[in-house]
Amino acid sequence: MVTFTVNGEARQVDVEPDTPLLWVVREQLKLTGTKFGCGIAQCGACTVHLDGVPVRSCSIPVSFADGSEVTTIEGVAEPDGTLHAIQQAWIDEQVPQCGYCQSGQIMSAVALLKDTPNPTDDDIDAAMSGNICRCGAYGRIRKAIKAAAQA
Amino acid sequence: MGKWTRRGFITAGVLTGGVLAVGVGIREGHRAPGLADMMTEDGEALVNVWVKIAPDNTITAIVPHSEMGQGVFTSMTQMLADEMDADWDKVTFEQAPAHEDYANYALGREFIMNGATVPGFVQDSLNGAFLMLTKNMSLQITGGSTAVRFTGQGGMRIAGAAAREMIVKAAAREWDVKRSEVRTADSYVHHDASGRSEPYATFAVKAAEFAPPTQPTLKTPDQFKLMGQSLKRFDIPAKVDGTAEFGIDVDLPGMKHAAIMGPPVLGASVENVDASSAEAMPGVVKVLNKGDFVAVVADGYWQAENALRAVGVTWTQTGAETMSQDDLFASHRAAMDTGKSTNDVKRGNAQKAAASAARVFEAEYTVPFLAHAAMEPLNATAWMHDGTLELWSGLQNPLGVRDQLADELDLKKDRVIIHNTLLGGGFGRRAMPDYPSQAARIAAEFDHPVKLIWSREQDTTQDWYRPAVVSRFKAGIGEDGMPVSWENLFVEKHDPPEASQIPYEIADQHIHYAETEHHVRFGPWRSVDHTQHGFFIESFIDELAHEAGQDPYQYRRALLANAPRHMAALDAAAKAADWDRPRPEGHGLGMALVDSFGTIVAHVAEVDATGERPRVTHVWSAADPGYVMNPDGFIAQIESGIIYGLSATLHGEITIENGAVVQSNFHDYEILRMNEAPEISVTLINSGARVGGGGEPGTPPIAPAVTNAIFNATGQRIRDLPVSKHDGGYV
Repeated sequence: MVTFTVNGEARQVDVEPDTPLLWVVREQLKLTGTKFGCGIAQCGACTVHLDGVPVRSCSIPVSFADGSEVTTIEGVAEPDGTLHAIQQAWIDEQVPQCGYCQSGQIMSAVALLKDTPNPTDDDIDAAMSGNICRCGAYGRIRKAIKAAAQA
Repeated sequence: MGKWTRRGFITAGVLTGGVLAVGVGIREGHRAPGLADMMTEDGEALVNVWVKIAPDNTITAIVPHSEMGQGVFTSMTQMLADEMDADWDKVTFEQAPAHEDYANYALGREFIMNGATVPGFVQDSLNGAFLMLTKNMSLQITGGSTAVRFTGQGGMRIAGAAAREMIVKAAAREWDVKRSEVRTADSYVHHDASGRSEPYATFAVKAAEFAPPTQPTLKTPDQFKLMGQSLKRFDIPAKVDGTAEFGIDVDLPGMKHAAIMGPPVLGASVENVDASSAEAMPGVVKVLNKGDFVAVVADGYWQAENALRAVGVTWTQTGAETMSQDDLFASHRAAMDTGKSTNDVKRGNAQKAAASAARVFEAEYTVPFLAHAAMEPLNATAWMHDGTLELWSGLQNPLGVRDQLADELDLKKDRVIIHNTLLGGGFGRRAMPDYPSQAARIAAEFDHPVKLIWSREQDTTQDWYRPAVVSRFKAGIGEDGMPVSWENLFVEKHDPPEASQIPYEIADQHIHYAETEHHVRFGPWRSVDHTQHGFFIESFIDELAHEAGQDPYQYRRALLANAPRHMAALDAAAKAADWDRPRPEGHGLGMALVDSFGTIVAHVAEVDATGERPRVTHVWSAADPGYVMNPDGFIAQIESGIIYGLSATLHGEITIENGAVVQSNFHDYEILRMNEAPEISVTLINSGARVGGGGEPGTPPIAPAVTNAIFNATGQRIRDLPVSKHDGGYV
């Protein structure tokens, strides 16, 4: 039995302890905004925050999250539905194409801005290069992060 | 469909201009069964199958394409709404179901007629013929950069214009005024002389009683209100908060999960399965030997994938087990050496012209196999119940999949229901029907739904690949350094057929190909054959310029004297890049020009070769698709095409050893990331030519623009991709 907080809510799941956090979030908690991309922490589609730090949930056993706070894409906006500045910038800059990687991109970008409110291009490269986008929205992502930083 | 009378069909569906063909009975008594589902509200009338007007005056466009990031829901709706004079704030869309009525009739007609103008009096019968043809081919395809140029131009606009005319006709009759006195704007009809105004919805039901006009008048670009505008995409808000539903997100009551393993050597079959350990693992429901693959069905996906690794599988020998990548290229070259070939272009006598030229120049280029690597791993959820198969999946060809599943499971076509979801990337991969077929065959063994998800390893090793191709060139060169003959022999050829042709004016040309056979299956990969021919042709022309001691930009221009659109695109990209401005030591510029899917694209790439690996710092692109329907959406597609192609240029390589694909995941099939992404500047050219595509044309010119830039910076000519396999920093 694993007990943790997900998007501010206390949750308990009964799964094999080595199950990756990703599959618990998607299948047990039905939070399907977090995506499976590679299974080996190479693409970032599964990025969530574990105690405020962006992690690749496909490669973290759920037991590791016991007692922790997990935030997924569904928990990024304000409780009243107001979008996070990053989410709003993603709409304003028309960032997503297929959109599949964007939950992970947004989780990485939100964490970046939290630690580095005015990121340089190098900061953006460092924080975002773990997230692959096959539609090639990188230029718009960079622009949106800068816009959100100014917001 | 046989039950429709010709009269009924023409009345209800053949609108016009020979382009739209959704001739289903949409009024009472003519309603096709599949369409009833689209009538979601009481009192809603279908003016024609491409558009609905609800009692609250909202207008819904029915879009017969899949959304895979190209913004098709928005661009299609935008084209229809503009012709309809609709209020954009009250316009929405629905994705068409996989049903014959939505087969890409317009697509088939444009392909076959190549946009030829057809006299009005024969249009009705032509429309009938084309409708049947496309239905029989089961086309409901999203691919080939066709949405805007075919479905949009030939379907959505006509539908919107026809719907507007019918509303006007109904209003004029109701008000007893001349149609010419009725004006439309923002989903309202107005009669200014009497001061009357009513929303479209007032006349929707009445309008549906009229036969659609056969020749609705389309707007000219100066009348466009929505076309040509960067309208925001409908699908984006759900893609920033986790609510967008892709195939992989489908959740059904009682659903189990499946993981699969296909043959490492493509084409092999299962010989033996040892499932004893796997079946004892937690959550496992069943291990299946399906002959061409092995599947594990379990409560959760992780359990299925884990158990799959514990299944012992042996595969039959196909004879390909000893094949390596070198063998494959050797067999390509051997085929080219036989002298047997098929002509693509034969104009004049290239061999003779080369023999009498001042000199000749020859070069050979190769490209590797490439996987598609869409971000969303392939998946499909299937449920067999009550003699019906339901399937949820992101598909580029849902109707084709429906027909295939009906065939494989021996069901009537109306017993297969396809729910097409958002696609987490397509790039041609989701036009192949293997994964929905596997899901259906697995689910057929159970009474509960099964969601099949491919691992990234399966996705990489079980793809339908962009082919590995060898291409040889020989040019005869005149005293002035300009080419007098062009000979190109390559292996292998797929689509589109014109991909090997050149825009340059060279009198004697011989373009031909040899054929080989191997077991690595072909699939359409973003821009299909243009991706390799773009690299080959634009590398060779660049080499010719260098051989002649001329500037590659001016050299190309000299060969484009009679190709003004190509010249204009090249000029625009060169100007944006400030081509003549000297770059710092170790930096270089390269250009390339490719005409594909009706759109001409020129790229200029700047490379910084001073570091450990060459870095593409900026790409200036100029694109002429005739007319740009949604500028920001089109620019996004060009950006996307560049990054997708650049990923392949720098890193992309699938190799074969012992008959099997060597690479397995993103650690060894590398993808371009943020730190390597160049700045991209796009210039759009509305030349007024016939409208071209947007999804693919950005891809073909990027590889040669980059390798030409590397040559310009370093003097190193890269003739085989990817760049990363080369020594000297390149890499």
